[in-house]
Amino acid sequence: MSEVPSASSAVPPIQIHDMTIAYHKKPVLWDVDLDVPEGVLVGIIGPNGAGKSTMIKAMMDLVPKASGWVKIYDRPYEQMRSAIGYVPQRESVDWDFPINALDVVLMGRYGHVGWIRRPGAEDKKIAFEALEQVGMGEFAERQISQLSGGQQQRVFLARALAQDARIYMMDEPFAGVDAATEKAIIDILIALRHQGKTILVVHHDLQTVTEYFDWVIMLNMRVVAAGPTNEVFTNENLQKTYGGRLTVLSQAAQAIADQRRGD
Amino acid sequence: MVENALRFLSLADANVRFVLLGSLLIGATGGLLGSFAVLRRRSLVGDALAHAALPGVALAYLLTGSKALPILLLGATISGVFGVLVIQFVTTYTRIKADSAIGIVLSVFFGIGIVLLTHIQRVGGGNQSGLDKFLFGQAAAMVGDDLVVMTVLAAIIIAAVLFFYKEFKALIFDPGFFSTLGFSSRRTDVLLMGLIVLTVMVGLQAVGVVLIAAMLITPAVAARFWSERLGTMVLVSTAFGGASGVVGTFISSLAPRIPTGPVMVLVATFFFVVSALVAPRRGLISRWRRERHNRQRESRQHFLRAYFELAEKDRESRSFSTSALAVELGWKAARVERLGRKLARQGYTERVGAGWTLMQRGFDEGLFIVKSHRLWEHYLYYRSILDADHVDRPADEVEHLLTPEIIERLEQILSAERGIDPQQVVNIHGSLSHYRRGGRE
Repeated sequence: MSEVPSASSAVPPIQIHDMTIAYHKKPVLWDVDLDVPEGVLVGIIGPNGAGKSTMIKAMMDLVPKASGWVKIYDRPYEQMRSAIGYVPQRESVDWDFPINALDVVLMGRYGHVGWIRRPGAEDKKIAFEALEQVGMGEFAERQISQLSGGQQQRVFLARALAQDARIYMMDEPFAGVDAATEKAIIDILIALRHQGKTILVVHHDLQTVTEYFDWVIMLNMRVVAAGPTNEVFTNENLQKTYGGRLTVLSQAAQAIADQRRGD
Repeated sequence: MVENALRFLSLADANVRFVLLGSLLIGATGGLLGSFAVLRRRSLVGDALAHAALPGVALAYLLTGSKALPILLLGATISGVFGVLVIQFVTTYTRIKADSAIGIVLSVFFGIGIVLLTHIQRVGGGNQSGLDKFLFGQAAAMVGDDLVVMTVLAAIIIAAVLFFYKEFKALIFDPGFFSTLGFSSRRTDVLLMGLIVLTVMVGLQAVGVVLIAAMLITPAVAARFWSERLGTMVLVSTAFGGASGVVGTFISSLAPRIPTGPVMVLVATFFFVVSALVAPRRGLISRWRRERHNRQRESRQHFLRAYFELAEKDRESRSFSTSALAVELGWKAARVERLGRKLARQGYTERVGAGWTLMQRGFDEGLFIVKSHRLWEHYLYYRSILDADHVDRPADEVEHLLTPEIIERLEQILSAERGIDPQQVVNIHGSLSHYRRGGRE
């Protein structure tokens, strides 16, 4: 929760150096080494188990890194949390929790509010505006289990908007939503990019990659390719990313896990 | 028994006042923390914690020879927390799952506690009695000093919940997101677990290790039936808990040797059963009512649609016989007759000779349902153009659920994307319709 360098600085918003991540000692993502430039809408694609969610979670310290570091505007993540807004996977929470849509969005303000203090009228106003921005103003008082999947996803997006961040990380925001919600979400993402925000989106639908994203990171347990969509989203790279599940890396990871288990 | 009740209700006896206040604190703190424990799915850990506290009580007595509540509770806390740590260790470093780990710790620690209590009873001389009240609880055993301890603990619990309400709410709903905001999910979780420990300790003497977890779980689960927001749930749960404490203690005071814990839990269970039955929306009775209402609406709408479909075949008639409707519906004539009479009472139909005609109310609803049914069939038929958001259910079921807004959208979709005039689809005189007969027929 510290002040953020001005947007004009040439420092890339996200620098990842030699980041490797392991679950239960089994490596799932190897040696990620990349810089993401400011103001781009980035799609992270790759097959199941490629490490897409893991990558953004590791950048926010939600899973431990086995090695490497991540810098946000050239500073350690711990100092820059408030610069990052996060949309987790919708299935990651219990939607039967006794809470209404507005209260969920208000949680996006908690980082600004800090420990113990309660969110004030200004925070509530920001939260409500975020709900309206995603077209959910009339559902503010609705208990969240009574919302459709697309509406729940919009609530999650509104919560991230209420964070008022410069970088957004979104874990499959288009998964299981209706066409209208998908359109509403992409419109908001494009608007955010126009404001100079940097947005990373874990994405499944290859059909829409060129339409939605100006940058793409192609993962399969390592970064196969990363860069402007029109340069790296090629058949050759797609083949490398999706072709042949059992790569040398996954064999190596399995061997490491087997050996550790034998200890 | 009556004397006991009067003595209790008059509050003249200082000890009665202590006991009553103590029970209120136990129930209320249990209900308060229980809401968080249940939502965080820690209720079974709370149970293991309570059972694991028993050997601590016995050891504290064996080591100090004192039966002062603070000393016994200190022992209870140490062994209870140790039990929880063992659960965490087992689940982290072995392949044993949480439920088994909880079961193992709960029974092993409780077993050790019983062995120690038996040992104390055998060798402890004249001073030995009393520790076994920690098994099932004896509220009457509370004295002024105990109450001071309990009040302090309860005050700490309530203050902590007031301070950290927002943090607990965010932690339980979405721990990952909470930690990206710069809060420590781990510390908040430890704090919450610590408060659950304190809550168990407040009630240990009066409710007992065996049943104290029920005072965490039952009021919270009952409160969930009445509330869609955490704040309401916490308040209702606290009230249920407090009431269970007071009423349970009162009932157990009516006769000597009724342990308090089980009675409190029974009272809390009563609140739970009543809530599960009568709560609006979530309660069973309200759900049964809704389902019955839906079933009735469904048969009524089938009846009305059958009338319209007969009217299409025979454009001269304004009324149709029970037997004709029965054939159209595929029902027994007696069922059609019963429903027809009921709908007549409700103003949908009117008897004409041996048959039925529709009143305005029935006509309006029938027209709407015919429209829903046919638009939906068309939609399913052309669904390949809209596979993104289809709902794949037969028109017979869906026709009852479509709202006017959905109908409007269906009309738009069909006319915009397939050039189909919705008016023709639903034309009662079906000759011009694209409508392909399907579904029931």
